[in-house]
Amino acid sequence: MRTVLYVLTTLGVIGLAFWAYRENYATQAALAETRDLRQQIRAAHERLAVLRAEWAYLNRPDRLRDLAEINFDRLGLLELHPEQFGLVGQVAYPPDPILPITNPVDVSHLQDESEEETRP
Amino acid sequence: MIRTPLRPLARILDARQKGENPDAIERENIRIRHEQMRDQARQRAEGRLLVLGLFFVVAFGVVGLRMGILATAEPMEPRVEAPGARIHASRADIVDRHGRLLATNFETHSLYAQPPLMIDAAHAAEQLAGIFPDLDAKELLEDFTGTRKFIWIKRKISPEQMQAVHEIGDPGLLFGSRDMRLYPNGRLAAHVLGGASYGREGVHAAEVIGVAGVEKYFDDHLRDPANGNQPLELSLDLTVQAAAERVLAGGMMLMNAKGATSILMDVQTGEVVSVVSLPTFDPNDRPRPATSGDPSDSPLFNRSVQGVYELGSTFKIFTAAQAMELGLVNPGTVIDTKGPLRWGKFRIRDFRHYGNAMTVSKIIEKSSNIGTARLAQQIGVERQRAFLDELGMLETTGFEIVEAATGKPLLPRKWSELSTMTISYGHGLSTSPMHLAAGYAAIANGGFKVQPTILKQDGPRLGARVLSAETARASRKMLRRVVTDGSASFGEVAGYAVGGKTGTADKPRPQGGYYDEKVIATFASIFPAHDPKYVLIVTLDEPVDTIGDEPRRTAGWTAVPVAAEMIKRVAPLLGLRPTVEPVELTDIKLTKN
Repeated sequence: MRTVLYVLTTLGVIGLAFWAYRENYATQAALAETRDLRQQIRAAHERLAVLRAEWAYLNRPDRLRDLAEINFDRLGLLELHPEQFGLVGQVAYPPDPILPITNPVDVSHLQDESEEETRP
Repeated sequence: MIRTPLRPLARILDARQKGENPDAIERENIRIRHEQMRDQARQRAEGRLLVLGLFFVVAFGVVGLRMGILATAEPMEPRVEAPGARIHASRADIVDRHGRLLATNFETHSLYAQPPLMIDAAHAAEQLAGIFPDLDAKELLEDFTGTRKFIWIKRKISPEQMQAVHEIGDPGLLFGSRDMRLYPNGRLAAHVLGGASYGREGVHAAEVIGVAGVEKYFDDHLRDPANGNQPLELSLDLTVQAAAERVLAGGMMLMNAKGATSILMDVQTGEVVSVVSLPTFDPNDRPRPATSGDPSDSPLFNRSVQGVYELGSTFKIFTAAQAMELGLVNPGTVIDTKGPLRWGKFRIRDFRHYGNAMTVSKIIEKSSNIGTARLAQQIGVERQRAFLDELGMLETTGFEIVEAATGKPLLPRKWSELSTMTISYGHGLSTSPMHLAAGYAAIANGGFKVQPTILKQDGPRLGARVLSAETARASRKMLRRVVTDGSASFGEVAGYAVGGKTGTADKPRPQGGYYDEKVIATFASIFPAHDPKYVLIVTLDEPVDTIGDEPRRTAGWTAVPVAAEMIKRVAPLLGLRPTVEPVELTDIKLTKN
């Protein structure tokens, strides 16, 4: 009985050691993966920051103003003026749609009829 | 273990035979047994002490070792964190009220050398001088071949320069990463943003610290990782700021002024939508502070908050408002304006003679010093001082940039009755344009004090009531009349019903007295006057309009046209549509039977 207990305990220890060994490596692999991902995220953040800075740099007001002046021939952009505000009342309604013709008058035979009438 | 009996029969018998006392044998044996027991106990105790001692040695050894490791090891970012933890701890961005970037960080590199690792110092020095024209090959070679073990070569280098240095291929040339503060809009809002530089520097990283403006005021906030990289939202509007800077720069050039400033402020919230001070600088390449000469000539000088000037007649409306608030006068009360008004040796004159008596409304409209001084006489020293204090004219504004703390108003040494009279028309008390903006905002928003702020606000932030709604309305009406009929006739902008007050003050000489031909011209305006949304202050330093036959320096000819142009440009950008001014119903009064 005691021998069985010893054997079982030993096997248990071996099993646990094996499990711990595997867990250790699995953890290290997960950590390495996390580190890689973090590095990627960090790089992406940096790239994003650079892109945002570049966007802000390219959209800085004096550059846009210069571009508007250079391209004035094509775009005709001017500064916003108070006169450009309008009222809703100043916007024209779209033209009324043409009403459908329900009682057409046939004019293609008018000529003939009149001719018939004038005939003796 | 063999236990010896206490009375061994053989020895007892033997002793009896010899006639000895057998009890002595027993006692002897008991003694021996006790000694054995004592020795055993001591041994066990000593063993236990040894084990305990060993345990303590090991425990303290482990603690000490761990401390040593922690002290000497390079700090490392913990890798196992809660999900969603921030990755990048850097200085927070600064954005405008619509989230457009005003300041951000940029990853660059620094270049340093470790001469002991160098292979070909001469080649490296020569190549480096080729890449960076401001470096000298000879000096570099001296440094590289000297006794130094570590040399900074460049604090910030571009990626192209870094690649070129890589291509030299010398293992003694090394790079460290650096965060650089970048202001993508260049000179725009330079005085608000201030600038940044490096604090403590290590090989792998350097601290970015703010040196002026909001960067310095909010330095701790911007650097605090606990804020989770939330950008700092300012109340500035990038578009409006750009337009205001352009108009003001144009106006400053046309009016031959040496400096100019403008402040555009929301009257309900105290948010400063645009604040300009010219001349300006590029915060990406901040100039060194001037060590000699007048500090106000430096581009770093922020006229809007540091420029403490006597702002002249713009103060008159405060006197009139207080007189009305106290019930001393109403806008129609006639005041004696016969000049000159003598007070001891001092005489108060008007710019022009306007007649011997005027109504309060007319005094503001024509900007009569004598009339205002008479009002101040009625108000008195104490009440005037208390009122100006309530408006915040006697303390710093609390505007959130570091320079604002230096813009403390200059008060008269002794606030005499004469001071009261001169202060009533804006002489003898020097304040910054930001103070003036806050004061006008109080009139514009119906009588509540507001605190100027550079941070975006969620809603109105009205402070204590300083004027009644009725007084504020009457004051606004007077300001409007200054533009329609008075000294600021160039200030009319169709659709925006501008109201305001001009002010032209002689500049004080450093050695005392005033210059004859140097003035500070100010136009403090509110628009639209019937329902004010914004306050605009425009101040020109030493302007002169040379279009006419004789040079004109008064604000009506210099600051007012600039302010009008600015309102015309900026109001549509703020989303204000032009409105028709409501016509005043003159003849209807509330009556009771």
